[in-house]
Amino acid sequence: MATISFDDVQKLARLSALTITEEQAEVISHELTKIFEYIEQLSDVETTDVEPTYQVNGLENVTRADEIIDYRVSQAELLKNAPQQHDGSIKVPRVLE
Amino acid sequence: MIRQLVADIAAGKITARQLVEESIAKAKTHENFHALLSLCEARALERADAIDEKIKRGENAGQLGGVPFIAKDNMLAYGAPTTAAAHLLEGFDAPFQAEAIERLEREGAILIGKANLDAFAHGGSTENSAFGPTKNPHDKTRVPGGSSGGSAAAVALDIAPFALGTDTGGSIRQPASFSGVVGMKPTYGTVSRYGVVAMASSTDVIGPITHTAEDAALVLDVMSGKDEKDSTTLPDFFAFHDAVKPLKIGLIKDWMGEGVEPEVREAVKGAVEKLKGAGHEIEEVSLPNLKHGLAVYYVVVPAEVASNLARYDGVRYGNAQQANNLEELYAKTRAAGFMPENQRRILIGNYVLSSGYYDAYYKKAAQVRTVMINEFNEALDRFDVLIGPVAPTVAFKLGENTADPLKMYLADIMTVPASLAGLPAVSVPIEKAGMPVGLQIIGQLETDSTVLALAAQFQEEK
Repeated sequence: MATISFDDVQKLARLSALTITEEQAEVISHELTKIFEYIEQLSDVETTDVEPTYQVNGLENVTRADEIIDYRVSQAELLKNAPQQHDGSIKVPRVLE
Repeated sequence: MIRQLVADIAAGKITARQLVEESIAKAKTHENFHALLSLCEARALERADAIDEKIKRGENAGQLGGVPFIAKDNMLAYGAPTTAAAHLLEGFDAPFQAEAIERLEREGAILIGKANLDAFAHGGSTENSAFGPTKNPHDKTRVPGGSSGGSAAAVALDIAPFALGTDTGGSIRQPASFSGVVGMKPTYGTVSRYGVVAMASSTDVIGPITHTAEDAALVLDVMSGKDEKDSTTLPDFFAFHDAVKPLKIGLIKDWMGEGVEPEVREAVKGAVEKLKGAGHEIEEVSLPNLKHGLAVYYVVVPAEVASNLARYDGVRYGNAQQANNLEELYAKTRAAGFMPENQRRILIGNYVLSSGYYDAYYKKAAQVRTVMINEFNEALDRFDVLIGPVAPTVAFKLGENTADPLKMYLADIMTVPASLAGLPAVSVPIEKAGMPVGLQIIGQLETDSTVLALAAQFQEEK
Protein backbone atom coordinates (compact mmCIF):
# COMPACT_ATOMS: atom_id res chain seq x y z
CA MET A 1 0.00 0.00 0.00
CA ALA A 2 1.46 3.33 -1.04
CA THR A 3 1.84 5.84 1.73
CA ILE A 4 2.69 9.38 0.71
CA SER A 5 4.68 10.63 3.69
CA PHE A 6 5.19 14.17 4.94
CA ASP A 7 8.75 14.06 3.50
CA ASP A 8 7.46 12.79 0.12
CA VAL A 9 5.07 15.73 -0.07
CA GLN A 10 7.80 18.24 0.74
CA LYS A 11 10.09 16.73 -1.89
CA LEU A 12 7.27 16.71 -4.48
CA ALA A 13 6.43 20.33 -3.68
CA ARG A 14 10.07 21.32 -4.33
CA LEU A 15 10.04 19.42 -7.64
CA SER A 16 6.73 21.07 -8.56
CA ALA A 17 7.97 24.59 -7.68
CA LEU A 18 5.32 25.12 -5.01
CA THR A 19 5.87 26.69 -1.59
CA ILE A 20 3.86 24.78 1.00
CA THR A 21 3.73 25.09 4.77
CA GLU A 22 4.33 22.18 7.17
CA GLU A 23 0.64 22.18 8.11
CA GLN A 24 -0.34 21.94 4.42
CA ALA A 25 2.16 19.13 3.84
CA GLU A 26 0.62 17.19 6.73
CA VAL A 27 -2.93 17.51 5.31
CA ILE A 28 -1.83 16.75 1.73
CA SER A 29 0.06 13.65 2.89
CA HIS A 30 -3.20 12.22 4.31
CA GLU A 31 -5.26 13.23 1.26
CA LEU A 32 -2.79 11.76 -1.22
CA THR A 33 -2.45 8.52 0.74
CA LYS A 34 -6.22 8.11 0.60
CA ILE A 35 -6.30 8.86 -3.14
CA PHE A 36 -3.50 6.36 -3.84
CA GLU A 37 -5.31 3.69 -1.79
CA TYR A 38 -8.15 4.12 -4.27
CA ILE A 39 -5.79 4.03 -7.27
CA GLU A 40 -4.32 0.71 -6.05
CA GLN A 41 -7.34 -1.06 -7.66
CA LEU A 42 -5.52 -0.78 -10.99
CA SER A 43 -3.38 -3.73 -9.94
CA ASP A 44 -6.56 -5.90 -10.06
CA VAL A 45 -6.67 -5.55 -13.84
CA GLU A 46 -4.66 -8.06 -15.90
CA THR A 47 -2.54 -6.06 -18.37
CA THR A 48 0.20 -8.45 -19.51
CA ASP A 49 0.88 -7.77 -23.21
CA VAL A 50 -1.63 -4.88 -23.27
CA GLU A 51 -0.33 -1.83 -25.14
CA PRO A 52 -0.71 1.48 -23.27
CA THR A 53 -2.97 4.15 -24.84
CA TYR A 54 -1.81 7.76 -25.03
CA GLN A 55 -3.80 9.02 -28.03
CA VAL A 56 -7.40 8.11 -28.84
CA ASN A 57 -8.54 9.46 -32.20
CA GLY A 58 -6.06 7.68 -34.43
CA LEU A 59 -4.05 10.70 -35.59
CA GLU A 60 -0.32 10.07 -35.86
CA ASN A 61 2.68 12.28 -36.58
CA VAL A 62 0.72 15.33 -37.67
CA THR A 63 3.15 17.68 -39.36
CA ARG A 64 3.00 20.93 -41.30
CA ALA A 65 5.36 22.74 -43.64
CA ASP A 66 8.25 24.34 -41.77
CA GLU A 67 7.24 27.89 -42.66
CA ILE A 68 6.80 31.06 -40.67
CA ILE A 69 3.12 31.84 -40.13
CA ASP A 70 2.27 35.48 -39.57
CA TYR A 71 -0.14 35.59 -36.63
CA ARG A 72 -0.32 39.37 -36.93
CA VAL A 73 0.41 39.93 -33.25
CA SER A 74 2.97 42.61 -32.42
CA GLN A 75 5.85 42.16 -30.01
CA ALA A 76 4.27 44.77 -27.75
CA GLU A 77 0.99 42.80 -27.70
CA LEU A 78 2.81 39.62 -26.74
CA LEU A 79 4.84 41.35 -24.05
CA LYS A 80 1.98 43.26 -22.47
CA ASN A 81 1.22 40.53 -19.92
CA ALA A 82 4.81 40.09 -18.69
CA PRO A 83 5.02 41.34 -15.09
CA GLN A 84 8.57 42.71 -15.50
CA GLN A 85 10.11 44.03 -18.70
CA HIS A 86 13.23 45.82 -19.82
CA ASP A 87 13.83 47.22 -23.34
CA GLY A 88 11.49 44.81 -25.13
CA SER A 89 12.68 41.80 -23.14
CA ILE A 90 11.14 39.90 -20.24
CA LYS A 91 13.00 40.53 -17.00
CA VAL A 92 13.44 37.93 -14.22
CA PRO A 93 14.96 38.21 -10.73
CA ARG A 94 18.57 37.23 -10.08
CA VAL A 95 19.34 33.60 -10.98
CA LEU A 96 22.86 33.25 -9.51
CA GLU A 97 23.74 34.73 -6.13
CA MET B 1 -34.76 27.41 -30.85
CA ILE B 2 -31.53 29.09 -31.96
CA ARG B 3 -32.40 28.48 -35.62
CA GLN B 4 -35.73 30.29 -35.10
CA LEU B 5 -33.98 33.11 -33.26
CA VAL B 6 -31.52 33.58 -36.13
CA ALA B 7 -34.44 33.63 -38.59
CA ASP B 8 -36.26 36.25 -36.48
CA ILE B 9 -33.16 38.46 -36.35
CA ALA B 10 -32.63 38.10 -40.11
CA ALA B 11 -36.30 38.99 -40.73
CA GLY B 12 -35.99 42.11 -38.57
CA LYS B 13 -38.52 40.87 -35.97
CA ILE B 14 -35.94 41.44 -33.27
CA THR B 15 -32.52 43.11 -33.38
CA ALA B 16 -29.20 41.75 -32.22
CA ARG B 17 -28.89 44.81 -29.96
CA GLN B 18 -32.20 43.99 -28.23
CA LEU B 19 -31.04 40.43 -27.62
CA VAL B 20 -27.67 41.50 -26.25
CA GLU B 21 -29.31 44.10 -23.99
CA GLU B 22 -31.77 41.47 -22.72
CA SER B 23 -28.92 39.03 -22.04
CA ILE B 24 -26.94 41.61 -20.12
CA ALA B 25 -30.01 42.66 -18.12
CA LYS B 26 -30.68 39.01 -17.21
CA ALA B 27 -27.04 38.50 -16.26
CA LYS B 28 -27.36 41.42 -13.85
CA THR B 29 -30.70 40.23 -12.41
CA HIS B 30 -29.22 36.81 -11.71
CA GLU B 31 -25.90 38.08 -10.32
CA ASN B 32 -26.54 36.30 -7.00
CA PHE B 33 -26.16 32.89 -8.70
CA HIS B 34 -22.61 33.91 -9.64
CA ALA B 35 -22.74 32.13 -13.00
CA LEU B 36 -20.52 34.75 -14.66
CA LEU B 37 -17.12 36.17 -13.77
CA SER B 38 -17.20 39.05 -16.25
CA LEU B 39 -19.36 40.78 -18.86
CA CYS B 40 -17.99 42.37 -22.02
CA GLU B 41 -20.91 44.76 -22.57
CA ALA B 42 -19.29 47.41 -24.79
CA ARG B 43 -17.68 44.83 -27.09
CA ALA B 44 -20.97 42.91 -27.37
CA LEU B 45 -23.07 45.98 -28.17
CA GLU B 46 -20.59 47.12 -30.81
CA ARG B 47 -20.78 43.73 -32.51
CA ALA B 48 -24.58 43.67 -32.23
CA ASP B 49 -24.82 47.04 -33.99
CA ALA B 50 -22.52 45.83 -36.74
CA ILE B 51 -24.74 42.79 -37.28
CA ASP B 52 -27.94 44.88 -37.26
CA GLU B 53 -26.35 47.15 -39.89
CA LYS B 54 -25.51 44.13 -42.04
CA ILE B 55 -29.09 42.89 -41.84
CA LYS B 56 -30.43 46.35 -42.71
CA ARG B 57 -28.25 46.29 -45.83
CA GLY B 58 -29.81 42.93 -46.72
CA GLU B 59 -26.61 40.93 -46.15
CA ASN B 60 -26.36 37.48 -44.59
CA ALA B 61 -25.29 37.79 -40.93
CA GLY B 62 -24.22 34.14 -40.61
CA GLN B 63 -25.55 30.88 -39.20
CA LEU B 64 -25.60 32.40 -35.71
CA GLY B 65 -26.12 36.02 -36.77
CA GLY B 66 -26.93 38.08 -33.66
CA VAL B 67 -27.11 35.24 -31.11
CA PRO B 68 -25.53 36.07 -27.72
CA PHE B 69 -23.37 33.44 -26.00
CA ILE B 70 -21.18 32.88 -22.97
CA ALA B 71 -17.73 31.26 -22.89
CA LYS B 72 -16.20 29.41 -19.98
CA ASP B 73 -13.49 31.61 -18.51
CA ASN B 74 -10.69 29.26 -19.54
CA MET B 75 -11.13 30.34 -23.17
CA LEU B 76 -9.17 33.33 -24.47
CA ALA B 77 -11.15 36.19 -26.01
CA TYR B 78 -10.21 39.68 -27.19
CA GLY B 79 -11.29 42.52 -24.97
CA ALA B 80 -12.35 40.30 -22.05
CA PRO B 81 -10.37 39.02 -19.08
CA THR B 82 -9.41 35.31 -18.93
CA THR B 83 -8.79 34.10 -15.38
CA ALA B 84 -9.49 30.33 -15.48
CA ALA B 85 -11.09 31.21 -12.09
CA ALA B 86 -7.64 31.36 -10.47
CA HIS B 87 -5.77 34.30 -8.93
CA LEU B 88 -2.78 33.26 -11.05
CA LEU B 89 -4.29 34.68 -14.24
CA GLU B 90 -5.97 37.75 -12.72
CA GLY B 91 -5.22 40.73 -14.94
CA PHE B 92 -4.34 38.61 -17.99
CA ASP B 93 -5.31 40.31 -21.26
CA ALA B 94 -5.33 37.78 -24.11
CA PRO B 95 -3.23 38.78 -27.13
CA PHE B 96 -5.05 36.20 -29.27
CA GLN B 97 -8.45 34.53 -29.27
CA ALA B 98 -9.66 30.90 -28.98
CA GLU B 99 -10.31 29.36 -32.41
CA ALA B 100 -13.74 28.13 -31.21
CA ILE B 101 -14.79 31.70 -30.33
CA GLU B 102 -13.27 32.97 -33.58
CA ARG B 103 -15.40 30.52 -35.63
CA LEU B 104 -18.59 31.38 -33.73
CA GLU B 105 -18.01 35.10 -34.22
CA ARG B 106 -17.32 34.60 -37.92
CA GLU B 107 -20.88 33.20 -38.12
CA GLY B 108 -22.32 36.18 -36.26
CA ALA B 109 -22.52 34.94 -32.64
CA ILE B 110 -21.87 37.58 -29.96
CA LEU B 111 -19.80 36.90 -26.83
CA ILE B 112 -21.40 38.68 -23.88
CA GLY B 113 -19.45 37.31 -20.92
CA LYS B 114 -17.27 34.66 -19.32
CA ALA B 115 -18.56 31.93 -17.02
CA ASN B 116 -17.33 30.70 -13.64
CA LEU B 117 -15.57 27.33 -13.30
CA ASP B 118 -13.48 25.31 -10.91
CA ALA B 119 -10.01 26.91 -11.16
CA PHE B 120 -8.20 25.56 -14.23
CA ALA B 121 -11.28 23.29 -14.72
CA HIS B 122 -10.22 21.06 -11.80
CA GLY B 123 -13.35 19.98 -9.99
CA GLY B 124 -16.93 18.84 -10.24
CA SER B 125 -18.87 21.54 -8.41
CA THR B 126 -17.51 25.01 -9.33
CA GLU B 127 -16.61 25.38 -5.64
CA ASN B 128 -12.88 25.41 -6.50
CA SER B 129 -13.26 28.84 -8.12
CA ALA B 130 -10.98 31.46 -6.56
CA PHE B 131 -13.88 33.91 -6.92
CA GLY B 132 -16.54 31.88 -5.07
CA PRO B 133 -18.96 29.14 -6.14
CA THR B 134 -21.84 29.28 -8.60
CA LYS B 135 -25.26 28.30 -7.23
CA ASN B 136 -27.61 25.79 -8.83
CA PRO B 137 -30.45 27.59 -10.69
CA HIS B 138 -32.96 25.02 -9.37
CA ASP B 139 -31.86 25.22 -5.71
CA LYS B 140 -29.50 27.88 -4.42
CA THR B 141 -28.21 25.65 -1.62
CA ARG B 142 -26.80 23.17 -4.17
CA VAL B 143 -23.89 23.16 -6.60
CA PRO B 144 -24.50 23.53 -10.35
CA GLY B 145 -21.93 20.79 -11.04
CA GLY B 146 -18.57 21.44 -12.60
CA SER B 147 -16.20 22.32 -13.82
CA SER B 148 -18.35 24.16 -16.43
CA GLY B 149 -20.88 25.02 -13.70
CA GLY B 150 -21.11 28.70 -14.61
CA SER B 151 -21.81 27.89 -18.27
CA ALA B 152 -24.54 25.37 -17.37
CA ALA B 153 -26.15 27.73 -14.84
CA ALA B 154 -26.06 30.64 -17.31
CA VAL B 155 -28.01 28.62 -19.90
CA ALA B 156 -30.44 27.27 -17.27
CA LEU B 157 -31.04 30.89 -16.13
CA ASP B 158 -31.68 31.93 -19.78
CA ILE B 159 -28.89 34.51 -19.72
CA ALA B 160 -27.93 33.37 -23.23
CA PRO B 161 -29.23 30.65 -25.59
CA PHE B 162 -25.90 28.82 -25.49
CA ALA B 163 -22.63 28.64 -23.61
CA LEU B 164 -19.32 26.93 -24.21
CA GLY B 165 -17.81 24.47 -21.79
CA THR B 166 -14.75 22.25 -21.71
CA ASP B 167 -14.91 18.57 -20.75
CA THR B 168 -11.86 16.61 -19.60
CA GLY B 169 -13.61 14.00 -17.45
CA GLY B 170 -17.24 15.14 -17.38
CA SER B 171 -17.02 18.92 -17.01
CA ILE B 172 -19.73 19.59 -19.62
CA ARG B 173 -22.01 16.58 -19.03
CA GLN B 174 -22.13 16.55 -15.23
CA PRO B 175 -23.06 20.26 -14.79
CA ALA B 176 -25.61 19.85 -17.61
CA SER B 177 -27.16 16.95 -15.67
CA PHE B 178 -27.14 18.88 -12.37
CA SER B 179 -28.52 22.08 -13.92
CA GLY B 180 -31.14 20.59 -16.26
CA VAL B 181 -29.67 21.56 -19.65
CA VAL B 182 -28.11 19.77 -22.63
CA GLY B 183 -24.32 19.33 -22.54
CA MET B 184 -22.42 17.80 -25.44
CA LYS B 185 -18.90 16.39 -25.22
CA PRO B 186 -17.90 15.77 -28.83
CA THR B 187 -15.44 13.16 -30.14
CA TYR B 188 -11.87 14.00 -29.08
CA GLY B 189 -10.43 16.28 -31.77
CA THR B 190 -13.73 17.68 -33.14
CA VAL B 191 -13.15 21.28 -32.02
CA SER B 192 -9.82 23.14 -32.00
CA ARG B 193 -8.44 23.85 -28.53
CA TYR B 194 -6.20 26.67 -29.72
CA GLY B 195 -6.53 29.50 -27.21
CA VAL B 196 -8.00 27.37 -24.41
CA VAL B 197 -6.21 26.86 -21.08
CA ALA B 198 -4.94 23.28 -21.32
CA MET B 199 -5.77 20.79 -18.59
CA ALA B 200 -5.21 17.20 -19.79
CA SER B 201 -4.29 17.22 -23.46
CA SER B 202 -5.25 13.60 -24.17
CA THR B 203 -8.90 14.12 -23.14
CA ASP B 204 -9.68 17.90 -23.22
CA VAL B 205 -12.55 18.84 -25.56
CA ILE B 206 -14.73 21.91 -26.10
CA GLY B 207 -18.48 21.57 -26.47
CA PRO B 208 -21.80 23.43 -26.34
CA ILE B 209 -24.26 23.73 -23.45
CA THR B 210 -27.79 24.53 -24.67
CA HIS B 211 -31.50 23.96 -24.01
CA THR B 212 -31.94 21.54 -26.90
CA ALA B 213 -29.83 18.90 -28.63
CA GLU B 214 -30.69 20.52 -31.94
CA ASP B 215 -29.13 23.79 -30.74
CA ALA B 216 -26.04 21.88 -29.58
CA ALA B 217 -25.73 20.36 -33.07
CA LEU B 218 -25.91 23.79 -34.71
CA VAL B 219 -23.24 25.30 -32.43
CA LEU B 220 -21.00 22.24 -32.78
CA ASP B 221 -21.33 22.37 -36.55
CA VAL B 222 -20.03 25.95 -36.60
CA MET B 223 -17.07 25.19 -34.31
CA SER B 224 -15.97 21.81 -35.66
CA GLY B 225 -13.29 20.97 -38.18
CA LYS B 226 -9.56 20.77 -38.66
CA ASP B 227 -7.38 23.61 -37.41
CA GLU B 228 -3.67 23.86 -38.28
CA LYS B 229 -3.13 25.44 -34.88
CA ASP B 230 -4.27 22.29 -33.00
CA SER B 231 -2.63 19.18 -34.43
CA THR B 232 -5.10 16.86 -32.65
CA THR B 233 -8.11 18.14 -34.64
CA LEU B 234 -9.87 15.76 -37.04
CA PRO B 235 -10.95 16.67 -40.58
CA ASP B 236 -14.52 18.00 -40.41
CA PHE B 237 -16.69 14.87 -40.14
CA PHE B 238 -19.65 16.42 -38.37
CA ALA B 239 -22.90 16.88 -40.28
CA PHE B 240 -26.14 16.75 -38.32
CA HIS B 241 -28.94 14.48 -39.55
CA ASP B 242 -31.93 14.67 -37.23
CA ALA B 243 -33.77 11.65 -38.61
CA VAL B 244 -33.37 8.69 -36.25
CA LYS B 245 -33.98 5.16 -37.45
CA PRO B 246 -34.77 2.56 -34.76
CA LEU B 247 -31.51 1.93 -32.87
CA LYS B 248 -30.06 -0.91 -30.84
CA ILE B 249 -29.30 0.66 -27.49
CA GLY B 250 -27.25 -0.84 -24.67
CA LEU B 251 -28.16 0.20 -21.12
CA ILE B 252 -24.95 0.05 -19.04
CA LYS B 253 -26.19 -2.07 -16.16
CA ASP B 254 -23.04 -1.54 -14.08
CA TRP B 255 -24.29 2.05 -13.60
CA MET B 256 -27.79 1.09 -12.45
CA GLY B 257 -26.98 -0.65 -9.17
CA GLU B 258 -25.42 0.10 -5.81
CA GLY B 259 -23.89 3.52 -5.30
CA VAL B 260 -26.40 5.20 -7.59
CA GLU B 261 -29.17 7.20 -5.92
CA PRO B 262 -32.64 5.64 -6.36
CA GLU B 263 -33.91 9.00 -7.69
CA VAL B 264 -31.34 8.82 -10.51
CA ARG B 265 -32.04 5.14 -11.27
CA GLU B 266 -35.80 5.74 -11.44
CA ALA B 267 -35.33 8.68 -13.80
CA VAL B 268 -33.12 6.61 -16.13
CA LYS B 269 -35.62 3.71 -16.04
CA GLY B 270 -38.30 6.18 -17.12
CA ALA B 271 -36.07 7.34 -19.96
CA VAL B 272 -35.59 3.73 -21.09
CA GLU B 273 -39.37 3.29 -21.34
CA LYS B 274 -39.67 6.50 -23.33
CA LEU B 275 -36.97 5.35 -25.76
CA LYS B 276 -38.69 1.96 -26.15
CA GLY B 277 -41.91 3.83 -26.90
CA ALA B 278 -40.08 5.65 -29.70
CA GLY B 279 -39.32 2.30 -31.32
CA HIS B 280 -35.77 1.61 -30.12
CA GLU B 281 -34.59 -1.79 -28.97
CA ILE B 282 -32.96 -1.68 -25.53
CA GLU B 283 -30.94 -4.39 -23.85
CA GLU B 284 -28.77 -4.39 -20.73
CA VAL B 285 -25.04 -4.68 -21.23
CA SER B 286 -22.22 -5.03 -18.73
CA LEU B 287 -18.89 -3.23 -19.08
CA PRO B 288 -17.17 -4.43 -15.89
CA ASN B 289 -13.90 -2.53 -16.40
CA LEU B 290 -15.52 0.93 -16.57
CA LYS B 291 -15.43 0.99 -12.78
CA HIS B 292 -11.65 1.40 -12.98
CA GLY B 293 -12.05 4.52 -15.12
CA LEU B 294 -11.78 6.88 -12.19
CA ALA B 295 -8.53 5.27 -10.95
CA VAL B 296 -7.08 5.54 -14.48
CA TYR B 297 -8.28 9.13 -14.71
CA TYR B 298 -6.68 10.20 -11.44
CA VAL B 299 -3.30 8.96 -12.65
CA VAL B 300 -3.36 10.02 -16.32
CA VAL B 301 -4.99 13.42 -15.85
CA PRO B 302 -2.83 14.71 -12.96
CA ALA B 303 0.25 13.61 -14.95
CA GLU B 304 -0.90 15.73 -17.89
CA VAL B 305 -2.02 18.54 -15.56
CA ALA B 306 1.40 18.67 -13.86
CA SER B 307 3.03 19.03 -17.30
CA ASN B 308 0.52 21.56 -18.69
CA LEU B 309 0.56 23.73 -15.56
CA ALA B 310 4.37 23.90 -15.45
CA ARG B 311 4.16 26.98 -17.71
CA TYR B 312 2.52 29.12 -15.01
CA ASP B 313 5.67 30.60 -13.50
CA GLY B 314 4.89 34.32 -13.28
CA VAL B 315 7.53 35.24 -15.88
CA ARG B 316 5.78 35.78 -19.23
CA TYR B 317 2.34 36.44 -17.74
CA GLY B 318 0.44 35.86 -14.53
CA ASN B 319 0.08 37.37 -11.12
CA ALA B 320 3.77 37.35 -10.06
CA GLN B 321 4.69 37.50 -6.39
CA GLN B 322 7.61 39.44 -4.89
CA ALA B 323 10.76 37.30 -4.84
CA ASN B 324 14.51 37.58 -4.29
CA ASN B 325 15.50 35.01 -6.87
CA LEU B 326 14.02 33.10 -9.79
CA GLU B 327 13.20 29.87 -7.95
CA GLU B 328 11.41 31.81 -5.26
CA LEU B 329 9.44 33.68 -7.94
CA TYR B 330 8.16 30.40 -9.39
CA ALA B 331 7.31 28.76 -6.07
CA LYS B 332 5.64 31.80 -4.47
CA THR B 333 3.66 32.72 -7.62
CA ARG B 334 2.39 29.17 -8.03
CA ALA B 335 1.54 28.73 -4.35
CA ALA B 336 -0.41 32.00 -4.28
CA GLY B 337 -2.04 31.60 -7.70
CA PHE B 338 -3.18 27.98 -7.76
CA MET B 339 -6.10 26.71 -5.69
CA PRO B 340 -5.53 23.74 -3.32
CA GLU B 341 -7.08 21.30 -5.83
CA ASN B 342 -4.69 22.53 -8.57
CA GLN B 343 -1.75 21.96 -6.23
CA ARG B 344 -3.02 18.51 -5.22
CA ARG B 345 -3.23 17.45 -8.88
CA ILE B 346 0.22 18.82 -9.69
CA LEU B 347 1.69 16.87 -6.77
CA ILE B 348 -0.10 13.63 -7.73
CA GLY B 349 1.01 14.09 -11.34
CA ASN B 350 4.64 14.63 -10.51
CA TYR B 351 4.52 11.64 -8.14
CA VAL B 352 3.16 9.19 -10.75
CA LEU B 353 5.67 10.47 -13.30
CA SER B 354 8.70 10.11 -10.96
CA SER B 355 11.25 7.50 -11.88
CA GLY B 356 10.56 4.33 -9.92
CA TYR B 357 6.78 4.93 -9.92
CA TYR B 358 6.24 5.51 -13.64
CA ASP B 359 5.61 1.84 -14.56
CA ALA B 360 3.48 1.13 -11.51
CA TYR B 361 1.18 4.09 -12.04
CA TYR B 362 1.34 5.96 -15.33
CA LYS B 363 2.09 3.02 -17.63
CA LYS B 364 -0.31 0.74 -15.73
CA ALA B 365 -3.08 3.34 -16.01
CA ALA B 366 -2.41 3.76 -19.75
CA GLN B 367 -2.75 -0.02 -20.15
CA VAL B 368 -6.01 -0.18 -18.19
CA ARG B 369 -7.16 2.66 -20.45
CA THR B 370 -6.64 0.27 -23.40
CA VAL B 371 -8.65 -2.45 -21.61
CA MET B 372 -11.54 -0.01 -21.16
CA ILE B 373 -11.39 1.17 -24.77
CA ASN B 374 -11.49 -2.47 -25.96
CA GLU B 375 -14.53 -3.06 -23.78
CA PHE B 376 -16.27 0.02 -25.24
CA ASN B 377 -15.41 -1.17 -28.77
CA GLU B 378 -16.93 -4.60 -28.17
CA ALA B 379 -20.12 -3.07 -26.77
CA LEU B 380 -20.35 -0.51 -29.57
CA ASP B 381 -20.00 -3.31 -32.13
CA ARG B 382 -23.18 -4.82 -30.70
CA PHE B 383 -25.05 -1.57 -30.02
CA ASP B 384 -25.45 1.72 -31.90
CA VAL B 385 -25.18 3.71 -28.67
CA LEU B 386 -24.85 3.10 -24.94
CA ILE B 387 -26.93 4.85 -22.31
CA GLY B 388 -26.87 5.35 -18.55
CA PRO B 389 -26.86 8.06 -15.90
CA VAL B 390 -24.41 10.98 -16.05
CA ALA B 391 -23.66 11.05 -12.33
CA PRO B 392 -24.59 8.81 -9.39
CA THR B 393 -26.49 11.63 -7.64
CA VAL B 394 -28.51 14.76 -8.27
CA ALA B 395 -26.74 18.08 -7.54
CA PHE B 396 -25.25 17.87 -4.05
CA LYS B 397 -25.29 20.61 -1.39
CA LEU B 398 -22.70 23.39 -1.45
CA GLY B 399 -19.91 22.36 0.93
CA GLU B 400 -21.05 18.73 1.16
CA ASN B 401 -17.97 17.24 -0.53
CA THR B 402 -15.34 19.97 -0.17
CA ALA B 403 -13.58 18.38 2.81
CA ASP B 404 -13.00 15.06 1.06
CA PRO B 405 -11.26 15.23 -2.37
CA LEU B 406 -11.83 11.52 -3.09
CA LYS B 407 -15.58 11.84 -2.46
CA MET B 408 -15.66 14.80 -4.84
CA TYR B 409 -13.83 12.74 -7.50
CA LEU B 410 -16.45 9.96 -7.26
CA ALA B 411 -19.03 12.34 -8.79
CA ASP B 412 -17.14 11.81 -12.09
CA ILE B 413 -17.28 8.00 -12.08
CA MET B 414 -19.75 7.75 -14.99
CA THR B 415 -18.32 10.52 -17.12
CA VAL B 416 -14.58 9.76 -17.16
CA PRO B 417 -14.82 6.52 -19.20
CA ALA B 418 -16.06 8.25 -22.39
CA SER B 419 -13.39 10.93 -21.90
CA LEU B 420 -10.58 8.38 -21.62
CA ALA B 421 -11.84 6.69 -24.79
CA GLY B 422 -12.44 9.99 -26.65
CA LEU B 423 -16.06 9.05 -27.40
CA PRO B 424 -18.90 11.51 -28.06
CA ALA B 425 -21.34 11.70 -25.16
CA VAL B 426 -24.26 13.98 -24.36
CA SER B 427 -26.26 14.70 -21.23
CA VAL B 428 -29.91 15.35 -22.03
CA PRO B 429 -32.45 16.27 -19.31
CA ILE B 430 -34.99 13.64 -18.27
CA GLU B 431 -38.39 15.18 -17.50
CA LYS B 432 -39.10 14.73 -13.80
CA ALA B 433 -40.13 16.58 -10.64
CA GLY B 434 -37.45 17.78 -8.23
CA MET B 435 -33.78 18.24 -9.02
CA PRO B 436 -32.74 17.60 -12.65
CA VAL B 437 -31.20 14.33 -13.82
CA GLY B 438 -29.54 13.83 -17.19
CA LEU B 439 -29.51 10.80 -19.45
CA GLN B 440 -26.06 10.07 -20.87
CA ILE B 441 -25.87 8.82 -24.47
CA ILE B 442 -22.45 7.56 -25.60
CA GLY B 443 -21.54 6.67 -29.19
CA GLN B 444 -18.55 5.35 -31.15
CA LEU B 445 -15.90 7.86 -32.31
CA GLU B 446 -17.28 10.36 -34.84
CA THR B 447 -20.94 9.34 -34.34
CA ASP B 448 -21.71 12.69 -32.72
CA SER B 449 -24.62 13.21 -35.08
CA THR B 450 -26.33 9.94 -34.03
CA VAL B 451 -25.84 10.78 -30.34
CA LEU B 452 -27.35 14.25 -30.77
CA ALA B 453 -30.16 13.09 -33.03
CA LEU B 454 -31.26 10.53 -30.45
CA ALA B 455 -31.07 13.21 -27.74
CA ALA B 456 -33.17 15.54 -29.92
CA GLN B 457 -35.78 12.84 -30.50
CA PHE B 458 -35.80 12.06 -26.76
CA GLN B 459 -36.56 15.73 -26.01
CA GLU B 460 -39.37 15.93 -28.55
CA GLU B 461 -41.02 12.61 -27.63
CA LYS B 462 -43.86 13.00 -25.09
